[in-house]
Order: sequence, then structure tokens, then C-alpha cells
Amino acid sequence: MANVTSTAAEPERLQLLRVLGPAHIWALGVGIVLVGEYMGWNFSVGKGGMIAGLIACWVAGLLYTCVAMIDSEVTSTVAAAGGQYAQAKHIVGPLMAFNVGLFLVMAYTMLEAANAITVGFLLDTVAGMQGHSGLNQQPFIILAIMFLAWLNYRGVLATLTFNLIITAIAFLAIITLFISVQFGASSVPLDFSAVTSDPLPYGWVGIVASLHFGLWYYLGIEGTCQAAEEVRSPARSLPYGTMAGIMTLLIAATMTWYVCSGLIPWEYLGQAGTPLFDAARVTGSTTLMILLFVGTTFATLASANGCINDASRAWFSMGRDRYLPSWFGAVHPVYRTPYRSIVFLVPIALIFALGAPLDQVVTFSILSGLLGYTFMTFNMVMFRNKWPLDTIKRGYVHPFHPLPTIVLLILCSTAYFAVFLGYGTQLSAMMCFYIVASLWFHFRRYQFVRRGDQFTMPWPKPQGY
Amino acid sequence: MAYKPPKQSLAGQIFDVVTLLVLTIGALYVPLYLGLAGAVKVPNPIANPTWEALGQNAAEQQQWAALGITDPAAANDIITARFDYSFSWSALIVMVVLVIGYFVMVVRLSDKEYREVIDERFGDKKR
Repeated sequence: MANVTSTAAEPERLQLLRVLGPAHIWALGVGIVLVGEYMGWNFSVGKGGMIAGLIACWVAGLLYTCVAMIDSEVTSTVAAAGGQYAQAKHIVGPLMAFNVGLFLVMAYTMLEAANAITVGFLLDTVAGMQGHSGLNQQPFIILAIMFLAWLNYRGVLATLTFNLIITAIAFLAIITLFISVQFGASSVPLDFSAVTSDPLPYGWVGIVASLHFGLWYYLGIEGTCQAAEEVRSPARSLPYGTMAGIMTLLIAATMTWYVCSGLIPWEYLGQAGTPLFDAARVTGSTTLMILLFVGTTFATLASANGCINDASRAWFSMGRDRYLPSWFGAVHPVYRTPYRSIVFLVPIALIFALGAPLDQVVTFSILSGLLGYTFMTFNMVMFRNKWPLDTIKRGYVHPFHPLPTIVLLILCSTAYFAVFLGYGTQLSAMMCFYIVASLWFHFRRYQFVRRGDQFTMPWPKPQGY
Repeated sequence: MAYKPPKQSLAGQIFDVVTLLVLTIGALYVPLYLGLAGAVKVPNPIANPTWEALGQNAAEQQQWAALGITDPAAANDIITARFDYSFSWSALIVMVVLVIGYFVMVVRLSDKEYREVIDERFGDKKR
């Protein structure tokens, strides 16, 4: 076992397997994110009302389209495990890379915790409907996280194939609910009267505030880049899988808003734990209820599964580069997975899943994601400046540069203000955490990092250096 | 001459991991533990609530019933709860300074490190 622990010192270290195609990338991206349709997004309705929830859905969709465009160009060129982490390392510098690695780990680990909380809440709700209220959720939370960590430990192909199947089923469940309700399967009518009678309960500030949880519709789509080192053809698979993923999510998000807002009073919807399942309950159809129960379960499991995959890759990459102790940079000799990183992150997810409220955990995840999107704006500009289009071969070149970058920066700034409205303490606490962690890295940890090893792409020297 | 990092002891590695763990859990849990975190959503329940008084039409009443809530009193808190979006400008300025200051600090220190990386990778010792 010792021969896999040290990393850079060995000339023939074990590599991750290149076994994934575009469908796996789609499944990884949509699989992580689709749960955003099944829970969490509806808090945006609570923060601003029905109209604000819909506007947040589309504005966040625009933000993530920019993210997907930018990410596709950079990642199809910097095809290395760790996704944005590897980008930051090559384009901005080690400290930025360390921070981006932390963004990814925090965003995905908190999302994983949120998924586990939802699994427990859903089972509790169903048990209550069957006359067994007061179910202890904790064993199910622990079981969900442990099972998925084990699956990840055993291999990436099996993990993401599993994700592909359950993500497809969860997506089809949303479409089935939408079509069924359109064709009159619901015993309770769709009612959008609140759109006119109570359109903006908080006024225009509610629209801005709702963008906070509007991000939850799509948060994590950028996770497709984490598998860059494990796809057979990064230049083709990453842009194709990511853009297909964002289109899938835009459709699913709009259908979700429509069905839930029509079937559930907005005041209830704004604080519901499992909105799509609740919408199915309102229809009175047992078949739809079972389908959306399965859909919610599969969506949360697929998301948690993808989160473990992505968070562990980011942690592994930091260990391999010695940004963290190199012990984490080991690859399993049989399964070829970053097994130590997978196991290490399990208790952290459990601590938050078992001890923090859902909206708080969701906010922690959103904040880390938001910091990552802000990084993408100046990262993109620096990428084009340091290596103009004719200097290196890119797998994909996104159009209209720098328009997506400018739009993304404006939307990120708005989203910070949205989070500040109501969750300012968490925002400040998280910023303090990243500032202290950055100082710790720069003044202590960086001494263990091999300088030259931080640049591994076969590119010319960046312009301006 | 390439930079040769010192070898880190096992105790040092454990210390670094524990430091990060304490930072992570501390920063995220302390606001929760002190009751400082979370949005302020305050119920404003009305006296003697009816569905009509709570602004719920016939279709919405059916929806509440399908969700298992038939008594308007049980929905009183949910329907009347509202966020408080009033904020202090000084708190907003602190947030802006923290976010911008953080990114400026990280980019500047990263650039310093990045120049060492590029110098070593491309063999430029002039800097």
C-alpha cells in the first residue's frame, strides 16, 4: 500500500482511468444538479413570491449558461482532474487554485449533506402519510452517505453508469408529472391566481433576494469538469455534455416551477422540503406520488453520488500537488479511485447532514459555488490574455467573449447581494474562513509545494511573464 | 536550481489537516451555534383565522387540504410569515469590502507564487 502513497516522487504513479463518454458527462452534470428541481429551488419562491421565483429561475439559467460557455472553453483546453482547480493552477496561481479547490470541496460536500437531509425528510414524510410519524431520519442519512461513498470507492465507471440510469429516471419523472397534470390527471386544479393577486409580496427587492436560491436550480453543473482526466475525449465530451446538461436543466426547471406553483400555495411552496413530491401529493394520484417519491430519491442519490465524485477529485488533486498533505493524493491500486479523499470527506458531510438545517447547508453550498463563478470571470479574461486564441489549441472556443464574462460578473454581484438579504452572517463567516485559509496556505503550506510541478500543460510561456 | 520543498513529517501532515478541519467546521458552525445564522422569517399570525381572511381562494383551500392541512389555524404561521429585508448600510459595506478584499488579496498573492512557478517551469531566472 505504501507504494501508492507518495506521489510526485515516483516516476510511474497510478493514473485515473479514461473510460467516460459525453453521456457520462451529461449524467455527472445533470445528476448533481437535477436534485435542485426536487428541493431547495422553492426557497426562492419563499424569498420573493411566485413571479420572483420564475424570474430567478431564468436569470440563474442565464448565469449558468455563461458558466457553461466559459467552463467549456477552459476545461476542454486544461483537461486535468480537478476541473476549475487545474484551471486556476495554470492561469492564476497556486493560492487561487487552493481556494478554488476549497470552493469545490465545500460546495459539493454541503450539497451532498443537503441531499442526505432530503432523503431523511422524504422518508419521514412518507412514513407520516402511512401513519408512522416521527421516523428517526438519522440512520437513513448515514446509510445514504456511506453507501454512495462505498460505490465511489469501488470505481468511477460503475458510479457514473449508476448515475446515468437514476438521473434519467428522475428527469422522466418530472416530465411525466408535467404532462399528466396538463392532461388533467390532478384532482385539484392548477391555480396561478397568486400571480395576479399577490405577484410580488416583497416588491422588487424580493426578485433580487430570490436569486439566492434560484442558483440552486443549476448549482453544480460546472462539476462536469471534474472528470476531465477520466474522459476519453475531453475536447468533444466536455463541451457537449455540459451544454446538453444546461439545456436539460433549463427545461426541467421551467416545468418544475410551472407544476409546483400551480399546484401548491406559494406560502407553503416557499418552505417545502420536497416540493415536487408535494405537488404529486396534491394531484391525488397514487401513481404520480410513487413516481415522484422514486424521482426525489433517485435525484438526491444521483446528486450525492456526483458530489462525492467531484469533491473527492478536487481534494485528491490538492493532495497530489501537496496543497494538502500528499497522503490524500493516492490512487487505489485496484479500483483506481482517489479512495483516501473519498473516505476522508464522509465524516465532514455527515457532521453537516446530521447537525445543520437544510436552508443553512444549501446556503453554504451556494456561497462556495458563487465564489467559484466569480473566479471564472477574471480567470477567463486572464486565460485569453495570457494565451490568445492563436497561441494554443483549444478544444472549444466560446463565442461573444467577453460578453458572457461581463454578464456573469454582474449576475454574481447581484447574487452576493441576494444572499446578503437574510443570510449576511453566513456570507461574512464564509469570507473570513477563506481569508484565514488563504493566509494559512500562503505563509505555511506553500513551502511544501514544488513550484515547477504546478504547470503541466504543454503550452508556451504565458504572455506578460 | 529548482526549489526543493522540505519533507513534511506525519505529525505535520496531521496538524495541517486538523487546522483546515477546525477552520471549516468552526467558520460554518459557529454562526449556527451562536444563533446568528439564518434568515429572519417572522410569522405575523392573525386572530381567528379563516381561509378567506388568510387570502386563500377555493382552489388554494383544496391544495392545502391535499397537503394534509384542513384547519386554517395550522396554516396561519406559514401563510403570514415574511422575511425582513431591512439591512444596515454599514453591514453591506463590510460585506463588499470582505468579498472584494478577499479576491484582490488572493489574486495578488497568487501572482507572486505564479511567477515562481513560471520562472522554474520555463527556466527564466531574471525575475
